[in-house]
Amino acid sequence: MELKLALKVDDLDNVATIFANGITDGTEVEVRDKKGRSETIAVHGDVPYGHKIALRDIAKGEPIMKYGESIGAASHDIKKGDYVHIHNMDAMRGRGDL
Amino acid sequence: MSYQFMGYRRPNGKFGARNLVAVIPSVICANDVGQAICRQVQGTIGYFHHQGCCQLPVDLKRVTDTLSNLGQSPNVAAALIVSLGCEGTDHERMVEEIRATGKPVEIIRIQELGGTSRAIQAGIDAAQRLVQQVSGLQREPVDISEVVMAIKCGASDTTSGMASNCVIGYVADKLVDLGATVVFGETTEFLGGEHILARRAVGGEDGPVGQKIYEIVDRMEKRAKSIGEDMRGGQPTPGNIAGGLSSIEEKSLGAIVKSGHRPIQGVLEYCDKITSQKGLWIKDAPGREPEILTGMAATGAQFMMFSTGRGAPQGFPSMPVIKICGNPNTYERMGHDMDLNAGRIITGEATIEQVGEEAFELLLKVLNGQMTKNEALGYFGSMDIFCLGPVI
Repeated sequence: MELKLALKVDDLDNVATIFANGITDGTEVEVRDKKGRSETIAVHGDVPYGHKIALRDIAKGEPIMKYGESIGAASHDIKKGDYVHIHNMDAMRGRGDL
Repeated sequence: MSYQFMGYRRPNGKFGARNLVAVIPSVICANDVGQAICRQVQGTIGYFHHQGCCQLPVDLKRVTDTLSNLGQSPNVAAALIVSLGCEGTDHERMVEEIRATGKPVEIIRIQELGGTSRAIQAGIDAAQRLVQQVSGLQREPVDISEVVMAIKCGASDTTSGMASNCVIGYVADKLVDLGATVVFGETTEFLGGEHILARRAVGGEDGPVGQKIYEIVDRMEKRAKSIGEDMRGGQPTPGNIAGGLSSIEEKSLGAIVKSGHRPIQGVLEYCDKITSQKGLWIKDAPGREPEILTGMAATGAQFMMFSTGRGAPQGFPSMPVIKICGNPNTYERMGHDMDLNAGRIITGEATIEQVGEEAFELLLKVLNGQMTKNEALGYFGSMDIFCLGPVI
């Protein structure tokens, strides 16, 4: 079976990016970090190529971390394995609407 | 290890990677005449922008400075200014400043010549003279430290920050270590990552360069927020979002990877040119392609290295643009537009260093005259000048 790979950039990250096609609800992906460590996570929902999943439960309002930095905040409670994108996280910069 | 490329020596001591005659309309109203000249005369390129009249004085100066610096850029061997006659830009200053670099410059004035057809005839005659005057110039060996590389990412997705921008960062570090100059911009795409850049500034985060980085980001964010909307949808773009980028912060943190790791020497304004500066510099320019490519060419960059994930095909009239593609699926679909496949990093087939060395080899070939894919396809017509105020 083709390896379904997701990459975690920094130790502080709570999301990883999936670089594989055909990820559907329940698919298991192998999350790797730069130190070569890996963990298998079952994905909740269909996730397109290049999109993110949560590496742990993230409460509403908590920062979403990638590259070891905040890339926004959770707008809903997020479970480990959930698809993370604009439906459950918000940018915090350039927000003239706030 | 030292490297050389074969460049065209300009009278002011700069070296070009191309040897073009630039047709420069001083205002949008002179574009059609300029286009007719370019269609007829081989070896010319045109800067067909949309500015130059009925603008605030600060913008008219900006347009004049940008067009003048494009004419002074080392890939341009000679220039023909096409003036209407009543525009707000200072076309006489363009002629003087470009001529001061020692290049041949001519000007035609449409109203004075008696209209379109007469101006086209005079322009074709002038452009033909200029092309014949400069086209025999031979390339000569030049040290790599004379290179100014512009960098940019466009049509990004999540592969950009994890593959193609890492490759450009590798090349940027190598060029800076060899004594060359590297310029990056896209101030909008510093939002959320500005503290990382400010800490890399010469003199630290609290020094004048570090503070200037915070200032240009704040200026850009205030301008976007002043409309009262969420920036999202405009930045990141719908294409970025479809590619997995969820916020401007995520896009920014991936974008700044392409600047590498070297100290940031200072911040250039949009229309500034490089004089004797070396090392890594920031240019305060927005991310949209026509405006930043223009600003980077006006800097004096001989070429640009451009990272993409979703597939941005365009170039610039006088600056070769090398496309580094981070997404292996896009490279497979758009290989005729992409110069190098950095998607092999994502699939685990190659390392950042391996693709970085390939990119370095490729840039030497492009400096020596090898056409990039966008140049060979003639996909380099779009350009424009980033202005601050409204059309009035």
